[in-house]
Amino acid sequence: MNNSAANTGRVLWAGLRALLVLTVITGVLYPLAVTGIAQVAFPGKANGSEVKVDGKVVGSELIGQTYNLPLKEGEETAAPDLKWFQPRPSNGLGSNSVNTQYSIILSGATNRSGDNEDLITWVKDAKAAVIKDNSVNGYTVKPSDVPADAVTSSGSGLDPHISPEYAKLQVHRIAEKNNLDVKPVEKLVADHTDDRILGFIGEPRVNVLQLNIALKELTKG
Amino acid sequence: MSPVLAGVLQLLALIVALGLSYRPLGDYMAKVYSSEKHYKPEKWIYKAIGANANTEMRWPAYLRGVLAFSAVSVLFLYLLQRVQGSLPGSLGFVSIDPDQAFNTAASFVANTNWQSYYGEQAMGHVVQTGGLAVQNFVSAAVGMAVAVALVRGFARSRTGELGNFWSDLVRGTVRILLPISVIGALVLVACGAIQNFAGIHEVGQFMGGAQQWNGGAVASQEVIKELGTNGGGYFNANSAHPFENPNPLSNLFEIYLILVIPFALTRTFGRMVGSIKQGYAILGTMATIWVVFTGLMMWTEFAHNGPAFDLAGGAMEGKETRFGIGGSSLFAVATTLTSTGAVNSFHSSYTGFGGGITMLGMQLGEIAPGGVGSGLYGMLIMAVIAVFIAGLMVGRTPEYLGKKIGTREIKFAACYILITPALVLCFTAVAMALDTPSNSMTNSGAHGFSEILYAYTSGANNNGSAFAGLNADTQWFNSTIGIAMLLGRFLPMVFVLALAGSLAEQTPVPETAGTLRTEKPLFTGLLVGTIMIITGLTYFPALALGPLAEGLAA
Repeated sequence: MNNSAANTGRVLWAGLRALLVLTVITGVLYPLAVTGIAQVAFPGKANGSEVKVDGKVVGSELIGQTYNLPLKEGEETAAPDLKWFQPRPSNGLGSNSVNTQYSIILSGATNRSGDNEDLITWVKDAKAAVIKDNSVNGYTVKPSDVPADAVTSSGSGLDPHISPEYAKLQVHRIAEKNNLDVKPVEKLVADHTDDRILGFIGEPRVNVLQLNIALKELTKG
Repeated sequence: MSPVLAGVLQLLALIVALGLSYRPLGDYMAKVYSSEKHYKPEKWIYKAIGANANTEMRWPAYLRGVLAFSAVSVLFLYLLQRVQGSLPGSLGFVSIDPDQAFNTAASFVANTNWQSYYGEQAMGHVVQTGGLAVQNFVSAAVGMAVAVALVRGFARSRTGELGNFWSDLVRGTVRILLPISVIGALVLVACGAIQNFAGIHEVGQFMGGAQQWNGGAVASQEVIKELGTNGGGYFNANSAHPFENPNPLSNLFEIYLILVIPFALTRTFGRMVGSIKQGYAILGTMATIWVVFTGLMMWTEFAHNGPAFDLAGGAMEGKETRFGIGGSSLFAVATTLTSTGAVNSFHSSYTGFGGGITMLGMQLGEIAPGGVGSGLYGMLIMAVIAVFIAGLMVGRTPEYLGKKIGTREIKFAACYILITPALVLCFTAVAMALDTPSNSMTNSGAHGFSEILYAYTSGANNNGSAFAGLNADTQWFNSTIGIAMLLGRFLPMVFVLALAGSLAEQTPVPETAGTLRTEKPLFTGLLVGTIMIITGLTYFPALALGPLAEGLAA
């Protein structure tokens, strides 16, 4: 019995020492080495792919933002600023509730199933809004024109992209609200559409931040 | 090009990439685990551990090493989270509550990586990088060590010795996982994954105001999260978060990382038992199931049945634009047919059948190709069962790889396949029978039941993905899922090592005309059938109440 207890103790002690050694290798040396190389080789990307306009950071190429009007009194959620291209809904995004020291955005999905009443309502409302907002003089949006990404929330809630179909659908509205011709706005969308990588990896997409930055340039010019 | 065709081409590209690395990686791993030579740095490590890496261990000793190392790991990770609030480099995050700290410690040591916490608002640099990421490496290395011990059981005769656990653990970590991770992490950074030690900082926005972000060693953790089939995300949104999985190329690369070791281990197995063809038969079984599941998943997700999806015109809820349906379906199948559980899209918002496919993938025991190591040993156990069934049909004592599958062996195999279903179904039944657990559901009806079935399926099979509408941060779920994860990981290992020991003691029986040819396609077919029947019979009633009911109603 004593012998076996001592034996167990010896194995546990070896286990602890193994854990500590491997922690130094994989938990200290490895991440430091990778960080060192990454910071030298890809400093922009390793630090979050920040996008600057006139020397000022306006966000990350990778993280979605909202393009809303300032919150009015009595409103719970801010209304979209229809001058700008709008991103996908993000009903799954949360806010920090544990550590009140920070207001980090909490990434996440809605996790609603296909037969969930909330989700059905959200999709219905979003579709109605997309149709209403984007139907302008001489251009009517049909329900079947609205692509799925325009009315659904992404997995992260931070999707920086929309589909080219959703971007094109917003062109007439953008042109009207900004007093621009439709043609240059269409060209803007075409120029900012990323195709599938090598023609088959991923889906065609438009980065909303980049598109709105270019739109701002266009309205200035 | 249509999205469907793009999805199929991405699957083909994966097959080609996996095919290209199959031989070199499989042979390399066989060499790592067979070589007599210790490298200099490894000798220092053994010295620090205080273990003789040349001592051969019989199965009880090997098991003691596995259990002792894992027990110490659980305790260490638990304590690290409990004192987080007092550690430097914790970004001001507080210590984790006891029930959640236990759940998370059990989860990461058991290679499950179920997360009842939100990464970006709970865990600082020290716990993420020095605790969680470390278990991503070593829990994977433990899985591979046990698999290799079982392979040695088949390969060796008249001994009972299965190798040295410390040597297998260290070699798996430093010779296999670490080098691939260094390269892979840099590939991910090149795609846009972040890798820094910045604190929480504000970043300007287009419309004014600022967003708050965490910095972190994300790429270095992301790569081992996939490579070691772990799955615990740095951020709550896991691999859907653009900082973890920035573009379609990183997405395909991450799926590749998930699958590369589990598939290649069949080559390692073939090499070590002295017949490459035996490895091909196992590979064929795994690949068949994987391709069929991926095809079915793409079919149901592109068809998008379900009221909300019909209304939206596509099942894009919970999916990212850059991956689309194709890239999301590929990831979902790869992550649930292995023990990974990372997600690039949220399974709870898949179609009814799509959610069912993710659950069935886990319920098969995660063997196609399965977790690193655990996939191979799980599949070899199924092969033992298949050989046994074939033996019963012709009335012959079954043999596999020259070893007799007698009463003792079949008992170990039977115990192995009973553990996980027992844990899943009992815990689900109890949770449904009690009043409070169902308060955690976000969805109601069949999908609400699926949330709980999914949780225990994921925990006991060491997957870690979730129908994440379930609020699992309650004492009930933290405790019971924690227990399911530990038992679901380590009890099967007991039987695997016991089986390995028993096989290694045998004298091989010579092959005769009556021996079942286990390297032939016929055996692959038999094995696929055995897996589907055993799992189907076990889980069909539960699946009928959840995903099947939802899918048929849509």
